[in-house]
Amino acid sequence: MERIPILRMGEYLLVTIQVDMHDRLAMTLQDDLTNRISETGAKGVLIDISSLEIVDSFIGRMLGNIASMSRVLDADTVVVGMRPAVAITLVELGMSLTGVRTALNVDAGMDLLRNSLDARKDALYGSRIQ
Amino acid sequence: MATTTVNQNASLASIIERRRESILAEWLREMSGATRRSDLMKESELQGQCGQFLDLLARASGTGTNVQAAAYEPLREMLLDISRVRVQKGFTPRETAMFVFSIKRPLFTAIREAHGKDPVAMAEQMWSTTELLDSLGLYTTEAYLKSREEVIRRQQEDMLELSTPVVKLWEGILALPLIGTLDSARTQVVMESLLEAIVQTNSRVAIIDITGVPTVDTVVAQHLLKTVTAARLMGADCIISGVRPQIAQTIVHLGINLLDVTTKATLSDAFGLAMHRSGFSFIRSDKKEKRDN
Repeated sequence: MERIPILRMGEYLLVTIQVDMHDRLAMTLQDDLTNRISETGAKGVLIDISSLEIVDSFIGRMLGNIASMSRVLDADTVVVGMRPAVAITLVELGMSLTGVRTALNVDAGMDLLRNSLDARKDALYGSRIQ
Repeated sequence: MATTTVNQNASLASIIERRRESILAEWLREMSGATRRSDLMKESELQGQCGQFLDLLARASGTGTNVQAAAYEPLREMLLDISRVRVQKGFTPRETAMFVFSIKRPLFTAIREAHGKDPVAMAEQMWSTTELLDSLGLYTTEAYLKSREEVIRRQQEDMLELSTPVVKLWEGILALPLIGTLDSARTQVVMESLLEAIVQTNSRVAIIDITGVPTVDTVVAQHLLKTVTAARLMGADCIISGVRPQIAQTIVHLGINLLDVTTKATLSDAFGLAMHRSGFSFIRSDKKEKRDN
């Protein structure tokens, strides 16, 4: 069965969607990703959708769901590289994906993940170290 | 019945042919009144048009009074041409239509003289000629309006293209100065060009300046919010600047929620914030030098 690969990069998981998403593929990705987060204890998830050309309300909701689920599993999610046409479609569908963080490209997305992880570490250990 | 019409029209053609010169002279005199614009068109040009019109009318009227028929094709084309030229030269619709209508008096005089002893035939021919000339006049007016509408449509398209420039202010900072009222079609163009520019220039901050937008109602605000949300989905921050006091009041009175969007009063404030967010800072050098001296 077709699957979307999930790559591990240190504390982060990298998902690159290179094919057209259909509903079953989206559900499989959701399963796989949540399993991998709990297995690896990843602190951040980066989803690259720069090759995604068609999006519908189901895929939009799935992106939102994945972000919320990762949040529950203590990992930040960043969606990067959304195309203008996809962004317009999602807005017209009334899905603003509140709670999902976004970045222009993988570079900017990794910066965002690192910064937020640093901020979390500071908040957790900063006072104790001092 | 149809044969008599044809006969009458054939006689119209023959009347025109026989008395071409006198009709032409009288027609030109008729037009020299209120409707002739010697400032916009030369005498000789008008004379040429009139002569051509008479010839074409004489040739076409032999086949019937239906202006849409194929026989009238050259005449229609000529009127279309005249209307188009007159739109460009600045004639009024009245002046353009009168070109056709002012031929009535000289033509009717000629018909009256031709049918001197037969009032029934004269009345009938006058009626059919009136009908013919009326439909030709209406056709001219329609053509005039169509040419005008074409000009308006082209200008609208030009405006749509011209009024949505996306400018790069700094590395990673874009600005979109909006001018004029925002409707759905324009917002679509604005949104698309902004998002495309964000991808192309790899910008993280976009400033939408609404100084030139006269009024903000719920629809315009909705469109602005959509643009901001779409930019956010792509990973760029939007700042709305140029909110005038009047517009701020309207927004609050309408109960529009702009709390999730950063708004600034002026473009310079927004630019300062964008620079700060991107990690740039300014140092004013000349002040320091003065203090040192």
